[in-house]
Amino acid sequence: MELLRQAARLLWKDFLLELRRRESLVTMFFFGALLLFVFQFAFEISAERAAEMAPGLLWLAFLFTGTLGLTQLFQAERENHCLDALLLSPMDRASLYLAKVSFNLFLMLLVELVIFPLFWVLFNLTSWHLLPTLFFVAFLGTLGFCVLGTLFSAVTMRARAKELLLPLILFPLMIPVILATIRAMEIILRSGELGEGAAWLRLLLGFDVIFLTAGFLIFEWVIEA
Amino acid sequence: MRETDQKQGRGRTILGALALLSILVGLAWGLILAPPDAYQGEVQRIMYLHIPTILIAYLSFFIVFVASCLYLWKRERRDDILAYSAAEIGILFTGLTIIEGSIWGKPTWGVWWTWDARLTLTAILFLIFTGYMILRSLIEDENRGAICGAVLGIIGFLDIPLIHMSVYWWRTLHQPPSILRPDKLPWENVHPSMLLALSINFLAFLLLYFYLLALRFRVGEMQDEVKKLKLYGGQ
Repeated sequence: MELLRQAARLLWKDFLLELRRRESLVTMFFFGALLLFVFQFAFEISAERAAEMAPGLLWLAFLFTGTLGLTQLFQAERENHCLDALLLSPMDRASLYLAKVSFNLFLMLLVELVIFPLFWVLFNLTSWHLLPTLFFVAFLGTLGFCVLGTLFSAVTMRARAKELLLPLILFPLMIPVILATIRAMEIILRSGELGEGAAWLRLLLGFDVIFLTAGFLIFEWVIEA
Repeated sequence: MRETDQKQGRGRTILGALALLSILVGLAWGLILAPPDAYQGEVQRIMYLHIPTILIAYLSFFIVFVASCLYLWKRERRDDILAYSAAEIGILFTGLTIIEGSIWGKPTWGVWWTWDARLTLTAILFLIFTGYMILRSLIEDENRGAICGAVLGIIGFLDIPLIHMSVYWWRTLHQPPSILRPDKLPWENVHPSMLLALSINFLAFLLLYFYLLALRFRVGEMQDEVKKLKLYGGQ
């Protein structure tokens, strides 16, 4: 309980910072929207093909915007030696992990909440009623992304060329999440219900649970290194 | 110190000689003595290299995982050197596997590369552990690099079953495994001479692997010694 209270407090700090500086969220959102335009120029997406391509393109947009957010995730702590102060304070290191996972998850979900309908409008899709189910799949995938992404954001924090390094080691590890979300979303868009997609969701859930636990246990060593 | 060094050096040389000898025997058996495959013909002989190299690559990544866990737990330099050495040789063997597979795939499937589950999995392993090497090269502080590498070594290994499952569901074209099958024992499915050739080659590559690992480990130790000498001037 104490752990959650500490995490909530750290999360509140990040919210306040974001509210006052408005750096990550705005950048991530506009980058995501920009990507949709780039996709249109690259693929000339017609209304018929849009539904077929939606899962892959949406996930590409989420992956790129999410990576953008991750590279900034520990920036505030790096400035002014805030991280040293945090590590000196008598708190559980795992609470910092939980706070950072939640914060990045929150940012990405907000961006997705806007990008999803924007995609439907820009590419003239009509299946609005499927959006809640699709968003749920995206939520599970985003959680998996944040769980590992936060851990490796801390791993690469003190490396040279960290912005380049992070996607390089994160994306191969993300393959189960990428495949599972895209396939599940495809099934939903094609048949209108989850159906066989349930197996993919179980895989996603397994991924989330395994790496949330692993990250929770390992983070302490990474952040102190 | 010097005496144990000499002893270890002699042990390595013997291991290397044994590896060389068994590889020659294995190649002779695989390329000459074993019968050609009933369907695939001579090209199937590449399997005598292909299966040992991929098994060794998996073994290597398992060693990275174990050594990484040990390093995080006990913080001993030698565990990190072992993890790093195993990762490096693991990449070598994964790369070899992909190249051999391509050479076999062209005459058999008609393509150098196809997005089949096991091919994809091998390529992803290659990418994960290339990421490991790049991560290590981009972190200057030695201890920090070792910890970060260990984390990637552990997470990467834990991820393998999940990647495996996802790419399998995604697609499967690779012929089903003929050695480790749930319904048949190995000797019921494969000609005994072929199985023998495969076993000899596997043993030969295992010896080669441990020779390379011992050698690379020693290089790592010597790098550490040089660093220490540079820092403290031999005191």
